Amino acid sequence: MSGLEDLYREIILDHYRSPRNRGELPVPPATRSDGFNPLCGDEIVVYLQLDDPSKGDDALIDDIRIGGQGCSISQSSASMMSAAVKGHTVAEARHLTRAFKAMMSIHEGELGGDGSESELSGDDSGDVGTIALGDLDALKGVVKFPVRIKCATLGWNTLLQGFDETAD
Amino acid sequence: MAAGVVRPVADLEPLDAARIKADFPILARPAGGSRLVFLDSAASSQRPTAVGEAIDRYYAEDHANVHRAAYALAERATNAMESGRRRVASFVGGSSAEEIVFTKNATESLNLVARSWGAANLRPGDVVVLSLMEHHANIVPWLQLAESHGVELRWLGLTPEGRLDLSGIDEALDGASLLSITGMSNVLGTVPPVAELAERAHAAGALVCVDACQSAPHTITRVVDLGADFLAFSGHKLCGPTGVGVLWARTELLESMPPFLGGGGMILDVRTDGFTPAAVPHKFEAGTPPIAEIVGLAAAIDYLEDIGLDRIAAHEHMLTEYALETLPARFGDDLTIFGPANAEHRGGIVSFAFADIHPHDLSQVLDTHGVCVRPGHHCAKPLMRVLGVGATARASWYLYNDTDDIDALADALADARSFFAI
Repeated sequence: MSGLEDLYREIILDHYRSPRNRGELPVPPATRSDGFNPLCGDEIVVYLQLDDPSKGDDALIDDIRIGGQGCSISQSSASMMSAAVKGHTVAEARHLTRAFKAMMSIHEGELGGDGSESELSGDDSGDVGTIALGDLDALKGVVKFPVRIKCATLGWNTLLQGFDETAD
Repeated sequence: MAAGVVRPVADLEPLDAARIKADFPILARPAGGSRLVFLDSAASSQRPTAVGEAIDRYYAEDHANVHRAAYALAERATNAMESGRRRVASFVGGSSAEEIVFTKNATESLNLVARSWGAANLRPGDVVVLSLMEHHANIVPWLQLAESHGVELRWLGLTPEGRLDLSGIDEALDGASLLSITGMSNVLGTVPPVAELAERAHAAGALVCVDACQSAPHTITRVVDLGADFLAFSGHKLCGPTGVGVLWARTELLESMPPFLGGGGMILDVRTDGFTPAAVPHKFEAGTPPIAEIVGLAAAIDYLEDIGLDRIAAHEHMLTEYALETLPARFGDDLTIFGPANAEHRGGIVSFAFADIHPHDLSQVLDTHGVCVRPGHHCAKPLMRVLGVGATARASWYLYNDTDDIDALADALADARSFFAI
């Protein structure tokens, strides 16, 4: 089963079987954003509780909960994301999101992908800012399976959507 | 044979799977270090060599734009296309080539019915009846009509086993203008009794539209036996090329309907203050049609009919019986098959859940064995909600599959179970 071990690292399966921060938060005061992958039907729901939304990017992510259903890659990526950004500022989470998506898109470019996210390449690659990629590094094997990259980034795009909705 | 009747394996000569596989060069290509085990024909079938050859020959010898040219080459191209139209008409048991409208695919055909016939004939409160196992292509155009014209949609439900629930059929059809229903579910493989439904629909004064995308490639289609007023299918699911679909409709319906897309080819006259549409079927074919694809579709129909759609149906029925016996026997409670548990009234499509492994993950592992199955909602989200799942894994077969392919699927499933060890 060549290559599969790169995709399904043990840490990924662990997050899939035992997702972190799974559940809901009362809305309001929390916000809820829904992300869909229309191609496969995967859904991620991100509940965000910021300490003070008026602080914009300086607001702290007091709490985050993840709902939805989908494959091991989409669910474990969202689980790892929730663990990584909780307790950090929106700015730090945005930074981490860029770093994570760069990790996906750089490899996608090497694989001859469409490079649609190439504006991020060379930005944060290797530099994870103030939050370490940590467990998230395990997801880099996903880029060898281009069709699954959208699974891995679904939660992150939903998080960004949540920040934008909070700012509105 | 009408859809709704899956003919049992009888005195038909069985297919020679090895000889048929040889007609499909792609099946001999290596995949993930294994042979290619293609079990996704419900999404798109593979193409026999004869189809590519017909298209190549057309481009090499006969290609020009069709109609309205005086030179011999254009005449040959026009003849190639119009002979394809006659071929398709006989394939569905139609009475004239004028009943055949070429589209891009079945989705466009169904949109044509909704946008042209539906928009011209339906008023607020008029009723269109659908089933909960329709593909989005037979749902969204009607939802759009509900939004734009206030049309009411009624839904036929399913029995717990995944058959069409006929208990409320007369109430649903009461006062309805149209029943639009699949000839075979693209998720469950369920074959509804279309002819019986059509009879009831007609008795209630409703017209009948059949989404034959999944049934036309696998069974003999006779529009008169089905009682269809409209029937739609795609070329690429029946060994033909992508980019060509078919709408069959009764001529007087087509004549009464306004044009769909406007442009060249669909007019008799154009003035600054208006236009006069061409006669059917050209009225519905704006712009240069998919000429080469129509030639390829005709070649695909020749190929299938030379083998015999009754033999193909019997072969697939045998494979369905084999899968429904061997897979549950091997995997027990780890395997949940959606839809009818036996092969009666069921086509060669099996959707399933396996060992708590998400269909995407399952499909990924199967791919390393060269086994192609499709994970997802299969463009049938209302049905996914009925089944209570977000996605299924779906295996589907065609004339070029054999029991070895089902066994390969089973071996790959066993490997996936041990890989995830859930």
